Amino acid sequence: MIYNEEYETMPRQALEALQLKRLQKQIARVYATVPYYAGKMDEAGVTPADIKTLADIQKLPFTTKEDLRKNYPFGLFTVPMEEVVRIHASSGTTGQPTVVGYTKKDIKMWAELMARSLNAAGAHAKDTIHNAYGYGLFTGGLGAHYGAEELGATVVPISGGNSKRQIMLMKDFKSTVLLCTPSYALNLAETMVDMGVDPKDLALKVGVFGAEPWSENMREEIQAKLGIKAIDIYGLSEIIGPGVAVECIEEQKGLHIMEDHFLAEIVDPDTFAPLALGEKGELVFTTLTKEAFPVIRYRTKDFSRIITTPCSCGRSFYKMEKVTGRSDDMMIIRGVNVFPSQIEHVLMSIEGVEPHYLIIVDRKGNLDTLEVQVEVSEAIFSDEIKQLENLTKRIQTEIKDLLGVSCKATLVEPKTIQRSEGKAQRVIDKRKI
Amino acid sequence: MKVEQIAIFLENKSGRMAEITATLAQNGINIRAMSLADTADFGILRLIVNDTDKARKVLKDSGFTVGTTQVLVAEVSDKPGGLAHVLQIIKEGNLNIEYMYAFTQKSGGTGLIIFRFDELDRAIELLAKEHIRLLSGDEVYAI
Ligand SMILES: [Zn+2]
Repeated sequence: MIYNEEYETMPRQALEALQLKRLQKQIARVYATVPYYAGKMDEAGVTPADIKTLADIQKLPFTTKEDLRKNYPFGLFTVPMEEVVRIHASSGTTGQPTVVGYTKKDIKMWAELMARSLNAAGAHAKDTIHNAYGYGLFTGGLGAHYGAEELGATVVPISGGNSKRQIMLMKDFKSTVLLCTPSYALNLAETMVDMGVDPKDLALKVGVFGAEPWSENMREEIQAKLGIKAIDIYGLSEIIGPGVAVECIEEQKGLHIMEDHFLAEIVDPDTFAPLALGEKGELVFTTLTKEAFPVIRYRTKDFSRIITTPCSCGRSFYKMEKVTGRSDDMMIIRGVNVFPSQIEHVLMSIEGVEPHYLIIVDRKGNLDTLEVQVEVSEAIFSDEIKQLENLTKRIQTEIKDLLGVSCKATLVEPKTIQRSEGKAQRVIDKRKI
Repeated sequence: MKVEQIAIFLENKSGRMAEITATLAQNGINIRAMSLADTADFGILRLIVNDTDKARKVLKDSGFTVGTTQVLVAEVSDKPGGLAHVLQIIKEGNLNIEYMYAFTQKSGGTGLIIFRFDELDRAIELLAKEHIRLLSGDEVYAI
Protein backbone atom coordinates (compact mmCIF):
# COMPACT_ATOMS: atom_id res chain seq x y z
CA MET A 1 0.00 0.00 0.00
CA ILE A 2 1.59 3.19 -1.19
CA TYR A 3 -0.01 6.44 -0.16
CA ASN A 4 1.73 8.74 -2.61
CA GLU A 5 2.76 6.56 -5.50
CA GLU A 6 4.16 9.43 -7.56
CA TYR A 7 6.80 10.34 -5.01
CA GLU A 8 7.33 7.09 -3.10
CA THR A 9 8.12 5.10 -6.24
CA MET A 10 9.86 7.85 -8.20
CA PRO A 11 12.82 6.53 -10.21
CA ARG A 12 16.09 7.27 -8.41
CA GLN A 13 17.39 9.64 -11.06
CA ALA A 14 14.29 11.80 -11.00
CA LEU A 15 14.21 11.63 -7.20
CA GLU A 16 17.79 12.81 -6.90
CA ALA A 17 17.14 15.62 -9.37
CA LEU A 18 14.16 16.66 -7.24
CA GLN A 19 16.28 16.48 -4.09
CA LEU A 20 18.94 18.72 -5.62
CA LYS A 21 16.40 21.28 -6.80
CA ARG A 22 14.80 21.37 -3.36
CA LEU A 23 18.14 21.46 -1.56
CA GLN A 24 19.36 24.45 -3.57
CA LYS A 25 16.14 26.32 -2.89
CA GLN A 26 16.24 25.44 0.80
CA ILE A 27 19.86 26.49 1.31
CA ALA A 28 19.28 29.79 -0.46
CA ARG A 29 16.24 30.50 1.69
CA VAL A 30 17.96 29.56 4.96
CA TYR A 31 21.00 31.66 4.05
CA ALA A 32 18.79 34.63 3.38
CA THR A 33 16.56 34.34 6.44
CA VAL A 34 18.57 32.88 9.35
CA PRO A 35 21.60 34.98 10.34
CA TYR A 36 22.98 32.16 12.47
CA TYR A 37 23.10 29.71 9.54
CA ALA A 38 24.41 32.41 7.22
CA GLY A 39 27.17 33.18 9.72
CA LYS A 40 28.19 29.53 9.94
CA MET A 41 28.24 29.23 6.16
CA ASP A 42 30.31 32.37 5.79
CA GLU A 43 32.72 31.02 8.35
CA ALA A 44 33.02 27.79 6.35
CA GLY A 45 33.52 29.85 3.18
CA VAL A 46 30.52 28.42 1.37
CA THR A 47 27.64 30.19 -0.37
CA PRO A 48 24.32 28.82 -1.66
CA ALA A 49 25.76 29.02 -5.18
CA ASP A 50 28.33 26.38 -4.27
CA ILE A 51 25.63 23.70 -4.04
CA LYS A 52 25.75 22.31 -7.55
CA THR A 53 25.34 18.59 -6.82
CA LEU A 54 23.89 16.58 -3.94
CA ALA A 55 27.43 15.73 -2.84
CA ASP A 56 28.12 19.45 -2.40
CA ILE A 57 26.08 19.25 0.79
CA GLN A 58 29.31 18.01 2.38
CA LYS A 59 30.67 21.54 2.10
CA LEU A 60 28.05 22.80 4.55
CA PRO A 61 28.65 22.93 8.30
CA PHE A 62 26.80 20.51 10.60
CA THR A 63 24.02 21.54 12.95
CA THR A 64 23.92 20.04 16.43
CA LYS A 65 21.60 20.12 19.39
CA GLU A 66 23.99 22.68 20.86
CA ASP A 67 23.22 25.07 17.95
CA LEU A 68 19.52 24.62 18.66
CA ARG A 69 19.99 25.41 22.34
CA LYS A 70 22.06 28.49 21.58
CA ASN A 71 19.17 29.81 19.54
CA TYR A 72 16.49 29.04 22.12
CA PRO A 73 13.65 29.52 21.61
CA PHE A 74 12.96 30.83 18.08
CA GLY A 75 16.37 31.93 16.74
CA LEU A 76 16.47 29.40 13.90
CA PHE A 77 12.95 30.01 12.60
CA THR A 78 12.89 31.30 9.02
CA VAL A 79 9.42 32.83 9.10
CA PRO A 80 7.75 35.48 11.28
CA MET A 81 5.78 34.06 14.20
CA GLU A 82 2.44 34.87 12.59
CA GLU A 83 3.18 32.17 10.04
CA VAL A 84 4.06 29.62 12.72
CA VAL A 85 0.98 27.58 13.62
CA ARG A 86 2.49 25.04 16.02
CA ILE A 87 5.38 24.67 18.46
CA HIS A 88 6.80 21.42 19.77
CA ALA A 89 9.69 20.98 22.18
CA SER A 90 11.90 18.19 23.44
CA SER A 91 11.73 17.25 27.09
CA GLY A 92 15.11 18.81 27.74
CA THR A 93 16.28 16.45 30.46
CA THR A 94 19.75 17.83 30.02
CA GLY A 95 19.69 21.60 29.82
CA GLN A 96 17.35 23.72 27.75
CA PRO A 97 14.59 22.13 25.70
CA THR A 98 14.94 22.31 21.94
CA VAL A 99 12.06 24.13 20.31
CA VAL A 100 10.75 23.53 16.81
CA GLY A 101 8.06 25.32 14.81
CA TYR A 102 5.75 24.51 11.92
CA THR A 103 3.92 26.55 9.30
CA LYS A 104 0.53 25.42 7.97
CA LYS A 105 2.31 23.86 5.03
CA ASP A 106 4.77 22.06 7.33
CA ILE A 107 1.89 20.53 9.29
CA LYS A 108 0.24 19.42 6.07
CA MET A 109 3.46 17.87 4.79
CA TRP A 110 4.08 16.11 8.13
CA ALA A 111 0.54 14.75 8.13
CA GLU A 112 1.14 13.32 4.68
CA LEU A 113 4.40 11.69 5.77
CA MET A 114 2.63 10.11 8.75
CA ALA A 115 -0.22 8.97 6.49
CA ARG A 116 2.36 7.41 4.15
CA SER A 117 3.98 5.74 7.17
CA LEU A 118 0.75 4.29 8.50
CA ASN A 119 -0.15 3.13 5.01
CA ALA A 120 3.27 1.47 4.65
CA ALA A 121 2.53 -0.33 7.93
CA GLY A 122 -0.66 -1.70 6.41
CA ALA A 123 -3.18 0.77 7.84
CA HIS A 124 -6.06 2.12 5.70
CA ALA A 125 -8.89 4.58 5.91
CA LYS A 126 -11.16 1.90 7.36
CA ASP A 127 -8.89 1.25 10.35
CA THR A 128 -9.41 2.41 13.90
CA ILE A 129 -6.12 3.74 15.18
CA HIS A 130 -5.42 3.71 18.91
CA ASN A 131 -2.89 6.49 19.39
CA ALA A 132 -1.15 6.02 22.74
CA TYR A 133 1.76 8.32 21.96
CA GLY A 134 1.82 11.20 24.41
CA TYR A 135 -0.06 14.32 23.28
CA GLY A 136 1.56 17.61 24.09
CA LEU A 137 4.90 19.22 23.40
CA PHE A 138 6.23 15.78 22.38
CA THR A 139 5.77 15.31 18.63
CA GLY A 140 4.57 11.69 18.88
CA GLY A 141 0.92 12.19 19.80
CA LEU A 142 -0.12 15.03 17.51
CA GLY A 143 2.17 13.91 14.69
CA ALA A 144 0.59 10.48 14.54
CA HIS A 145 -2.87 11.97 15.08
CA TYR A 146 -2.77 14.27 12.05
CA GLY A 147 -1.35 11.46 9.92
CA ALA A 148 -4.09 9.06 10.92
CA GLU A 149 -6.74 11.67 10.08
CA GLU A 150 -5.04 12.45 6.79
CA LEU A 151 -5.23 8.75 6.00
CA GLY A 152 -8.94 8.93 6.74
CA ALA A 153 -8.80 6.42 9.57
CA THR A 154 -10.69 6.72 12.85
CA VAL A 155 -8.34 8.04 15.52
CA VAL A 156 -8.69 7.31 19.21
CA PRO A 157 -6.57 10.07 20.80
CA ILE A 158 -5.97 8.21 24.05
CA SER A 159 -2.43 9.50 24.76
CA GLY A 160 -0.35 7.65 27.39
CA GLY A 161 -1.23 6.15 30.76
CA ASN A 162 -4.05 4.20 32.41
CA SER A 163 -3.31 0.92 30.68
CA LYS A 164 -6.42 -0.93 31.84
CA ARG A 165 -8.69 1.70 30.35
CA GLN A 166 -6.64 1.64 27.15
CA ILE A 167 -7.17 -2.09 26.82
CA MET A 168 -10.88 -1.83 27.56
CA LEU A 169 -11.30 0.85 24.89
CA MET A 170 -9.20 -1.00 22.32
CA LYS A 171 -11.46 -3.98 22.86
CA ASP A 172 -14.73 -2.03 22.78
CA PHE A 173 -13.77 0.14 19.80
CA LYS A 174 -12.28 -2.83 17.93
CA SER A 175 -9.12 -0.83 17.29
CA THR A 176 -6.99 -2.39 14.59
CA VAL A 177 -3.80 -0.33 14.80
CA LEU A 178 -1.79 0.50 17.92
CA LEU A 179 0.59 3.45 18.06
CA CYS A 180 2.93 3.80 21.05
CA THR A 181 6.49 3.23 22.17
CA PRO A 182 7.67 -0.39 21.99
CA SER A 183 8.17 -0.50 25.75
CA TYR A 184 4.61 0.67 26.32
CA ALA A 185 3.34 -2.03 23.93
CA LEU A 186 4.94 -4.61 26.23
CA ASN A 187 3.43 -2.92 29.24
CA LEU A 188 0.00 -3.21 27.59
CA ALA A 189 0.62 -6.90 26.78
CA GLU A 190 1.45 -7.58 30.40
CA THR A 191 -1.56 -5.66 31.65
CA MET A 192 -3.77 -7.76 29.36
CA VAL A 193 -2.47 -10.90 31.02
CA ASP A 194 -3.20 -9.42 34.46
CA MET A 195 -6.72 -8.50 33.38
CA GLY A 196 -7.32 -11.91 31.87
CA VAL A 197 -7.77 -10.36 28.41
CA ASP A 198 -6.60 -12.55 25.55
CA PRO A 199 -4.98 -10.40 22.82
CA LYS A 200 -7.03 -12.52 20.39
CA ASP A 201 -10.16 -10.88 21.79
CA LEU A 202 -8.89 -7.59 20.38
CA ALA A 203 -9.02 -6.64 16.72
CA LEU A 204 -5.42 -5.38 16.63
CA LYS A 205 -3.45 -6.39 13.55
CA VAL A 206 -0.48 -4.07 13.53
CA GLY A 207 1.46 -1.73 15.78
CA VAL A 208 3.63 1.19 14.69
CA PHE A 209 6.25 1.69 17.35
CA GLY A 210 8.91 4.34 17.72
CA ALA A 211 10.43 7.13 19.81
CA GLU A 212 13.01 4.80 21.38
CA PRO A 213 15.52 2.29 20.03
CA TRP A 214 14.41 -1.35 20.21
CA SER A 215 15.99 -4.63 19.21
CA GLU A 216 14.86 -7.31 16.76
CA ASN A 217 14.29 -9.68 19.68
CA MET A 218 12.03 -7.09 21.25
CA ARG A 219 10.06 -7.03 18.00
CA GLU A 220 9.58 -10.80 18.15
CA GLU A 221 8.48 -10.55 21.76
CA ILE A 222 5.87 -7.88 20.96
CA GLN A 223 4.63 -9.75 17.90
CA ALA A 224 4.26 -12.98 19.87
CA LYS A 225 2.64 -11.41 22.92
CA LEU A 226 0.16 -9.19 21.10
CA GLY A 227 -0.31 -11.35 18.02
CA ILE A 228 0.34 -8.43 15.68
CA LYS A 229 2.95 -7.21 13.23
CA ALA A 230 5.31 -4.71 14.85
CA ILE A 231 6.51 -1.93 12.55
CA ASP A 232 9.33 0.46 13.37
CA ILE A 233 8.87 4.15 12.69
CA TYR A 234 11.62 6.74 12.98
CA GLY A 235 11.64 10.43 13.53
CA LEU A 236 12.87 13.15 15.77
CA SER A 237 11.37 16.50 16.56
CA GLU A 238 14.37 18.41 15.19
CA ILE A 239 13.69 16.94 11.75
CA ILE A 240 9.89 16.97 11.95
CA GLY A 241 8.75 14.27 14.40
CA PRO A 242 7.62 10.72 13.57
CA GLY A 243 7.40 9.94 9.87
CA VAL A 244 10.98 10.62 8.77
CA ALA A 245 11.36 6.92 7.94
CA VAL A 246 9.23 3.82 8.33
CA GLU A 247 9.36 0.10 7.70
CA CYS A 248 7.07 -1.38 5.08
CA ILE A 249 4.95 -4.30 6.21
CA GLU A 250 6.12 -6.29 3.18
CA GLU A 251 9.67 -6.64 4.47
CA GLN A 252 9.90 -5.20 8.01
CA LYS A 253 13.55 -4.84 7.25
CA GLY A 254 14.95 -1.35 7.07
CA LEU A 255 13.00 1.90 7.21
CA HIS A 256 12.23 3.77 3.98
CA ILE A 257 13.45 7.33 4.33
CA MET A 258 11.05 9.97 3.00
CA GLU A 259 13.73 11.12 0.62
CA ASP A 260 11.63 13.64 -1.26
CA HIS A 261 11.59 15.70 1.95
CA PHE A 262 14.79 14.70 3.75
CA LEU A 263 18.33 14.15 2.60
CA ALA A 264 20.14 11.52 4.66
CA GLU A 265 23.88 11.13 5.11
CA ILE A 266 25.97 8.82 7.24
CA VAL A 267 29.11 10.26 8.82
CA ASP A 268 31.89 8.89 10.95
CA PRO A 269 30.77 9.54 14.54
CA ASP A 270 34.25 10.63 15.61
CA THR A 271 35.70 12.48 12.64
CA PHE A 272 32.36 13.45 11.02
CA ALA A 273 33.82 12.54 7.64
CA PRO A 274 31.14 11.36 5.19
CA LEU A 275 30.94 7.58 4.88
CA ALA A 276 30.15 5.60 1.74
CA LEU A 277 26.64 4.26 1.16
CA GLY A 278 26.17 1.12 3.23
CA GLU A 279 28.70 1.95 5.92
CA LYS A 280 27.55 2.29 9.48
CA GLY A 281 27.82 5.60 11.29
CA GLU A 282 25.88 8.56 12.60
CA LEU A 283 22.75 9.60 10.74
CA VAL A 284 22.66 13.18 9.51
CA PHE A 285 19.55 14.79 8.02
CA THR A 286 18.86 17.90 5.99
CA THR A 287 15.25 18.96 5.56
CA LEU A 288 14.47 19.79 1.93
CA THR A 289 11.03 21.33 2.13
CA LYS A 290 10.41 22.46 5.68
CA GLU A 291 9.46 26.11 6.05
CA ALA A 292 9.43 27.29 9.66
CA PHE A 293 12.28 25.27 11.05
CA PRO A 294 14.57 23.75 8.45
CA VAL A 295 17.75 22.06 9.60
CA ILE A 296 20.94 21.64 7.63
CA ARG A 297 23.05 18.53 8.20
CA TYR A 298 21.58 17.88 11.61
CA ARG A 299 23.57 15.30 13.57
CA THR A 300 21.02 12.93 15.09
CA LYS A 301 23.39 10.90 17.30
CA ASP A 302 21.56 7.82 16.01
CA PHE A 303 23.62 5.02 14.50
CA SER A 304 22.49 3.36 11.31
CA ARG A 305 23.47 2.59 7.74
CA ILE A 306 21.81 3.20 4.38
CA ILE A 307 20.44 0.18 2.54
CA THR A 308 20.23 0.65 -1.22
CA THR A 309 18.91 -2.79 -2.17
CA PRO A 310 15.57 -2.48 -3.99
CA CYS A 311 12.59 -3.35 -1.79
CA SER A 312 9.80 -5.73 -2.74
CA CYS A 313 7.19 -3.14 -1.71
CA GLY A 314 8.04 -1.05 -4.77
CA ARG A 315 9.21 2.09 -3.01
CA SER A 316 12.30 3.64 -4.53
CA PHE A 317 13.29 5.37 -1.29
CA TYR A 318 16.49 4.02 0.23
CA LYS A 319 16.15 2.44 3.63
CA MET A 320 17.99 3.05 6.86
CA GLU A 321 18.82 0.12 9.07
CA LYS A 322 16.79 -0.08 12.28
CA VAL A 323 18.41 2.22 14.82
CA THR A 324 19.47 0.14 17.76
CA GLY A 325 21.48 2.72 19.61
CA ARG A 326 21.89 6.42 20.13
CA SER A 327 25.20 7.89 21.11
CA ASP A 328 23.27 9.61 23.92
CA ASP A 329 22.35 6.18 25.32
CA MET A 330 25.84 4.83 24.97
CA MET A 331 27.51 3.90 28.22
CA ILE A 332 31.25 3.68 28.48
CA ILE A 333 31.99 0.89 30.91
CA ARG A 334 35.62 0.21 31.65
CA GLY A 335 36.46 1.83 28.32
CA VAL A 336 34.03 -0.29 26.32
CA ASN A 337 31.08 1.25 24.46
CA VAL A 338 27.87 -0.43 25.55
CA PHE A 339 24.34 0.22 24.28
CA PRO A 340 21.30 -0.80 26.33
CA SER A 341 19.90 -2.42 23.19
CA GLN A 342 22.83 -4.87 23.10
CA ILE A 343 22.01 -6.03 26.60
CA GLU A 344 18.34 -6.21 25.65
CA HIS A 345 19.29 -8.37 22.69
CA VAL A 346 21.08 -10.86 24.96
CA LEU A 347 18.25 -10.98 27.48
CA MET A 348 15.54 -11.44 24.88
CA SER A 349 17.44 -14.31 23.31
CA ILE A 350 17.12 -16.34 26.51
CA GLU A 351 13.91 -18.33 26.67
CA GLY A 352 11.50 -17.10 29.33
CA VAL A 353 13.33 -13.91 30.23
CA GLU A 354 10.84 -11.06 30.43
CA PRO A 355 11.45 -7.86 28.49
CA HIS A 356 11.59 -5.84 31.68
CA TYR A 357 15.11 -5.10 32.75
CA LEU A 358 17.14 -2.41 34.39
CA ILE A 359 20.79 -1.63 33.86
CA ILE A 360 22.63 -0.12 36.79
CA VAL A 361 26.05 1.38 36.23
CA ASP A 362 28.12 2.43 39.18
CA ARG A 363 31.71 2.97 40.17
CA LYS A 364 33.39 1.12 43.00
CA GLY A 365 36.80 2.59 43.68
CA ASN A 366 38.14 3.22 40.20
CA LEU A 367 36.23 0.42 38.56
CA ASP A 368 32.97 0.76 36.68
CA THR A 369 30.39 -1.84 37.61
CA LEU A 370 27.54 -3.08 35.46
CA GLU A 371 24.52 -4.75 36.96
CA VAL A 372 21.60 -6.09 34.99
CA GLN A 373 18.38 -6.69 36.88
CA VAL A 374 15.97 -9.22 35.43
CA GLU A 375 12.56 -10.11 36.75
CA VAL A 376 11.93 -13.74 37.68
CA SER A 377 8.91 -14.89 35.71
CA GLU A 378 7.31 -18.28 36.23
CA ALA A 379 8.93 -19.40 33.01
CA ILE A 380 12.43 -19.05 34.40
CA PHE A 381 11.74 -19.71 38.06
CA SER A 382 12.93 -22.92 39.64
CA ASP A 383 12.71 -24.30 43.15
CA GLU A 384 16.40 -25.14 42.88
CA ILE A 385 19.05 -22.52 43.69
CA LYS A 386 21.40 -24.18 41.21
CA GLN A 387 19.04 -23.58 38.29
CA LEU A 388 18.60 -19.90 39.06
CA GLU A 389 22.32 -19.48 39.52
CA ASN A 390 22.87 -21.16 36.16
CA LEU A 391 20.55 -18.61 34.63
CA THR A 392 22.38 -15.62 36.08
CA LYS A 393 25.69 -17.17 35.03
CA ARG A 394 24.37 -17.65 31.51
CA ILE A 395 23.28 -14.01 31.27
CA GLN A 396 26.66 -12.90 32.59
CA THR A 397 28.56 -15.09 30.16
CA GLU A 398 26.52 -14.06 27.13
CA ILE A 399 26.88 -10.37 27.92
CA LYS A 400 30.59 -10.83 28.47
CA ASP A 401 30.89 -12.71 25.17
CA LEU A 402 29.02 -10.05 23.23
CA LEU A 403 30.32 -6.89 24.87
CA GLY A 404 33.57 -7.94 26.47
CA VAL A 405 32.41 -6.48 29.78
CA SER A 406 31.76 -8.42 32.95
CA CYS A 407 28.46 -7.81 34.59
CA LYS A 408 26.45 -9.04 37.50
CA ALA A 409 23.00 -10.37 36.71
CA THR A 410 20.54 -10.01 39.55
CA LEU A 411 17.16 -11.65 39.76
CA VAL A 412 14.38 -9.53 41.15
CA GLU A 413 10.75 -10.18 42.02
CA PRO A 414 8.12 -9.77 39.30
CA LYS A 415 6.82 -6.29 38.49
CA THR A 416 9.40 -4.57 40.64
CA ILE A 417 11.00 -2.89 37.63
CA GLN A 418 9.10 0.23 36.70
CA ARG A 419 6.83 -0.10 33.67
CA SER A 420 7.01 2.44 30.88
CA GLU A 421 4.16 4.66 29.78
CA GLY A 422 6.29 6.37 27.18
CA LYS A 423 9.99 6.12 26.73
CA ALA A 424 11.35 3.40 28.99
CA GLN A 425 13.98 4.18 31.59
CA ARG A 426 16.41 1.32 31.07
CA VAL A 427 19.56 2.67 32.65
CA ILE A 428 20.47 4.15 35.99
CA ASP A 429 23.96 5.54 35.83
CA LYS A 430 24.95 6.25 39.40
CA ARG A 431 28.29 7.60 38.25
CA LYS A 432 26.48 10.70 36.99
CA ILE A 433 24.39 11.26 40.09
CA MET B 1 3.17 -40.87 46.85
CA LYS B 2 4.04 -37.58 45.26
CA VAL B 3 3.46 -34.51 47.37
CA GLU B 4 2.92 -31.02 45.96
CA GLN B 5 5.26 -28.34 47.15
CA ILE B 6 5.14 -24.68 46.24
CA ALA B 7 8.26 -22.57 45.85
CA ILE B 8 8.34 -18.79 45.98
CA PHE B 9 11.04 -16.47 44.71
CA LEU B 10 12.23 -13.90 47.23
CA GLU B 11 14.57 -11.00 46.89
CA ASN B 12 16.64 -10.59 49.99
CA LYS B 13 14.75 -7.70 51.43
CA SER B 14 13.11 -7.49 54.78
CA GLY B 15 9.44 -8.10 55.28
CA ARG B 16 8.77 -10.41 52.35
CA MET B 17 8.53 -13.58 54.47
CA ALA B 18 6.08 -11.84 56.77
CA GLU B 19 3.98 -10.81 53.74
CA ILE B 20 3.82 -14.39 52.55
CA THR B 21 2.82 -15.86 55.87
CA ALA B 22 0.26 -13.09 56.40
CA THR B 23 -1.23 -13.65 52.95
CA LEU B 24 -1.57 -17.36 53.63
CA ALA B 25 -3.05 -16.80 57.08
CA GLN B 26 -5.63 -14.33 55.77
CA ASN B 27 -6.77 -16.97 53.33
CA GLY B 28 -6.98 -19.71 55.94
CA ILE B 29 -4.09 -21.70 54.57
CA ASN B 30 -1.97 -23.73 56.97
CA ILE B 31 1.73 -24.30 56.44
CA ARG B 32 2.70 -27.93 56.99
CA ALA B 33 6.41 -27.64 56.32
CA MET B 34 8.77 -24.96 55.16
CA SER B 35 12.37 -24.39 54.23
CA LEU B 36 14.22 -21.32 53.03
CA ALA B 37 17.21 -21.67 50.77
CA ASP B 38 19.11 -18.51 50.10
CA THR B 39 22.13 -17.03 48.42
CA ALA B 40 23.67 -13.60 48.83
CA ASP B 41 21.16 -12.16 46.35
CA PHE B 42 17.94 -14.09 46.55
CA GLY B 43 16.06 -16.83 48.33
CA ILE B 44 13.64 -19.60 47.51
CA LEU B 45 10.97 -20.36 50.04
CA ARG B 46 9.56 -23.88 49.79
CA LEU B 47 6.29 -24.69 51.43
CA ILE B 48 3.96 -27.59 51.84
CA VAL B 49 0.50 -26.34 52.68
CA ASN B 50 -2.92 -27.82 53.18
CA ASP B 51 -4.29 -26.26 49.98
CA THR B 52 -1.65 -25.97 47.27
CA ASP B 53 -3.88 -24.56 44.51
CA LYS B 54 -5.34 -21.85 46.68
CA ALA B 55 -1.95 -20.92 48.15
CA ARG B 56 -0.51 -20.64 44.68
CA LYS B 57 -3.33 -18.44 43.53
CA VAL B 58 -3.33 -16.02 46.47
CA LEU B 59 0.45 -15.64 46.37
CA LYS B 60 0.42 -15.03 42.62
CA ASP B 61 -2.30 -12.44 43.09
CA SER B 62 -0.05 -10.76 45.65
CA GLY B 63 2.62 -10.45 42.98
CA PHE B 64 4.95 -13.32 43.86
CA THR B 65 6.53 -15.72 41.40
CA VAL B 66 5.30 -19.13 42.47
CA GLY B 67 6.22 -22.55 41.14
CA THR B 68 4.95 -26.02 41.97
CA THR B 69 7.11 -29.11 42.26
CA GLN B 70 6.60 -32.65 43.41
CA VAL B 71 8.56 -33.98 46.34
CA LEU B 72 8.58 -37.16 48.41
CA VAL B 73 7.93 -37.23 52.12
CA ALA B 74 9.60 -40.20 53.80
CA GLU B 75 9.05 -41.40 57.31
CA VAL B 76 12.19 -42.15 59.25
CA SER B 77 12.40 -43.55 62.70
CA ASP B 78 13.12 -40.88 65.26
CA LYS B 79 16.14 -42.74 66.57
CA PRO B 80 19.87 -42.33 65.98
CA GLY B 81 20.70 -43.76 62.59
CA GLY B 82 17.18 -43.41 61.22
CA LEU B 83 18.08 -40.81 58.61
CA ALA B 84 21.46 -42.38 57.92
CA HIS B 85 19.71 -45.57 56.89
CA VAL B 86 17.55 -43.79 54.31
CA LEU B 87 20.47 -41.81 52.94
CA GLN B 88 22.48 -44.99 52.56
CA ILE B 89 19.72 -46.53 50.44
CA ILE B 90 19.61 -43.42 48.26
CA LYS B 91 23.35 -43.44 47.83
CA GLU B 92 23.46 -47.11 46.89
CA GLY B 93 20.66 -46.53 44.42
CA ASN B 94 22.69 -43.76 42.78
CA LEU B 95 19.90 -41.27 43.25
CA ASN B 96 20.72 -37.61 43.27
CA ILE B 97 19.07 -35.48 45.98
CA GLU B 98 18.47 -31.95 44.75
CA TYR B 99 17.67 -30.84 48.29
CA MET B 100 16.03 -32.10 51.44
CA TYR B 101 14.59 -30.74 54.65
CA ALA B 102 13.01 -32.21 57.72
CA PHE B 103 10.02 -31.66 59.91
CA THR B 104 8.79 -33.55 62.91
CA GLN B 105 5.27 -34.60 63.62
CA LYS B 106 3.49 -33.37 66.67
CA SER B 107 3.15 -36.89 67.99
CA GLY B 108 4.56 -40.30 67.29
CA GLY B 109 8.08 -41.55 67.18
CA THR B 110 8.84 -40.74 63.57
CA GLY B 111 10.44 -37.85 61.75
CA LEU B 112 9.51 -36.76 58.25
CA ILE B 113 12.06 -35.90 55.60
CA ILE B 114 11.15 -34.09 52.42
CA PHE B 115 13.23 -35.04 49.40
CA ARG B 116 13.44 -33.39 46.02
CA PHE B 117 14.72 -35.83 43.38
CA ASP B 118 15.10 -35.37 39.67
CA GLU B 119 14.26 -39.01 39.11
CA LEU B 120 11.08 -39.04 41.09
CA ASP B 121 9.61 -42.33 39.89
CA ARG B 122 12.84 -44.25 40.33
CA ALA B 123 13.14 -42.84 43.85
CA ILE B 124 9.63 -44.02 44.72
CA GLU B 125 10.39 -47.47 43.40
CA LEU B 126 13.70 -47.73 45.22
CA LEU B 127 12.44 -46.50 48.58
CA ALA B 128 9.37 -48.73 48.42
CA LYS B 129 11.54 -51.74 47.71
CA GLU B 130 13.55 -50.95 50.84
CA HIS B 131 10.35 -50.59 52.89
CA ILE B 132 10.73 -46.88 53.55
CA ARG B 133 7.24 -45.51 54.05
CA LEU B 134 6.34 -42.59 51.84
CA LEU B 135 3.42 -40.45 52.88
CA SER B 136 0.67 -39.66 50.41
CA GLY B 137 -0.18 -36.06 49.64
CA ASP B 138 -3.45 -36.30 51.54
CA GLU B 139 -1.68 -37.56 54.62
CA VAL B 140 0.82 -34.70 54.54
CA TYR B 141 -1.70 -31.94 53.79
CA ALA B 142 -3.81 -33.17 56.73
CA ILE B 143 -1.02 -33.30 59.31
ZN1 LIG C 1 9.73 -1.61 1.34
